[in-house]
Amino acid sequence: MKIGFYPGCSMKGGAREYQESVVALAKVFDIELVEIPDWNCCGATAAHNLNKELSLSLPARIMALAEKEGITDIVVPCAACYNRLSVTKHELAEDASLCSKVTGIIDLKYSGKTNILNIIQFIDKYITDKLEEKVVKPFNYNTACYYGCLLVRPHAILNFDRVEDPQSMDVLVKKSGGNAIDWAFKTECCGAGMSVSRTDTVARLSGDILKDASDRKAEVMVVACPMCHSNLDMRRPEINKYLDEKISMPVLYISQVLGLAVGLDAKTLGLNRHMTEVILPDKPVKNAEPAEVSKKVANPEKMEA
Amino acid sequence: MSASHDQHHPMTLSGELRMDTGVIINKCYQCGKCSAGCPLSSEMDYPPSLVMRMLQTDDPKNYDKLLKSMTIWLCVSCEMCLTRCPMEIDIPRLMDNLRQKSVRAKKTNPQAKKIIAFHKSFLDSINYTGRLYEMGMVVDYKMRTGAMTQDVMIAPKMFVKGKLNPIPEIIKGRKKIAEIFNRVQNNKEVKL
Repeated sequence: MKIGFYPGCSMKGGAREYQESVVALAKVFDIELVEIPDWNCCGATAAHNLNKELSLSLPARIMALAEKEGITDIVVPCAACYNRLSVTKHELAEDASLCSKVTGIIDLKYSGKTNILNIIQFIDKYITDKLEEKVVKPFNYNTACYYGCLLVRPHAILNFDRVEDPQSMDVLVKKSGGNAIDWAFKTECCGAGMSVSRTDTVARLSGDILKDASDRKAEVMVVACPMCHSNLDMRRPEINKYLDEKISMPVLYISQVLGLAVGLDAKTLGLNRHMTEVILPDKPVKNAEPAEVSKKVANPEKMEA
Repeated sequence: MSASHDQHHPMTLSGELRMDTGVIINKCYQCGKCSAGCPLSSEMDYPPSLVMRMLQTDDPKNYDKLLKSMTIWLCVSCEMCLTRCPMEIDIPRLMDNLRQKSVRAKKTNPQAKKIIAFHKSFLDSINYTGRLYEMGMVVDYKMRTGAMTQDVMIAPKMFVKGKLNPIPEIIKGRKKIAEIFNRVQNNKEVKL
């Protein structure tokens, strides 16, 4: 089966390592991702801020091109692109006259039948079942899973995970041998597209996110969005200045975490491309604590039975 | 701004917004959860709940204040307000509409210049190549804002890390993209 792949613009530039790690991870599980031919930018925040029809037409063209190729599932690892494609699909399904107008603008056939999968939905559909048996190097770190805005909101349209305390990435980290910590900033905004035009705002918002994770003893942060990544990783000098504290916690993509766990090397996963250096000291493979905790939980259940 | 779509039944501002966005302004009962959850409200001139209240007055003066506000440009569309609103009022959709009207009426806040310039540089890049060309966009943004020295220090490190693509990705259907830009309604503002 052909699984469509929409990398989006940032994965061809600033977030190259996200694409590298997604493709490498898929390969481990014998999945071939087929890039949608001649795809265009989804328009991102700029389009929906300035022009409604443009913000719907650009994603509609992408989905129409996928349909032409007979693609039924499109994997969209960028949370912002995922959001724009999903919202467009929803709006065009709700409003027939708007749909025919947009179809006219893009001059392509559009049925709206393609499935839009974010990175976690893709992993859950094709990888999660086989993940644990493939783990050779458990990702044994205290991990803060950061979901951000566009992966989970608006819930009425995306219908993905819980809005305030999502769990899907935490589950994947646990299956990779990691410890997903409990923390407060899972879905707070990082400042998104203001990285260039209002860097101080981004430093404040992203700084508060990193600070909470750091205070709760996270050793690494995991994300599923190139925009979140660039704000938390690339804007670290500004963040440290805002916090008046040096936070050296690396920020990894979820595909890199899973990739490391199944034994892919750092270079294949593009870990060398992060601006905040990724230092993950080797740890003993399993610490005893989580096992004991699970025993304690298991015992009372047995007694009840 | 035309306050009336029909000579005999002049439309209220909230009525017009409802027609454009489907959002019913009067559903808001001022609980303030949107302003409490908004990550940008501390930097805004009018927090989201006050925006709702101002629109409820149907007063053209309040409407004008909003079109000239920083609020509409500081909103990052994070969708937190909608998520926590007990009445499920789609404030982000309203913000999109107000931004577009603000540009069309040429009432954008001068302090929002950089934010708007970034959006325009972004769309320009797509218009020409079909995809975002990050380096070209940043240069275009610098030309628009005069922020020539901003971020020049991180560029070399980004280049070494393979994060700066020196060559734009030009799609085969770039003419189709330009056609899309030409066909959409109210395209004058995005093409500037």
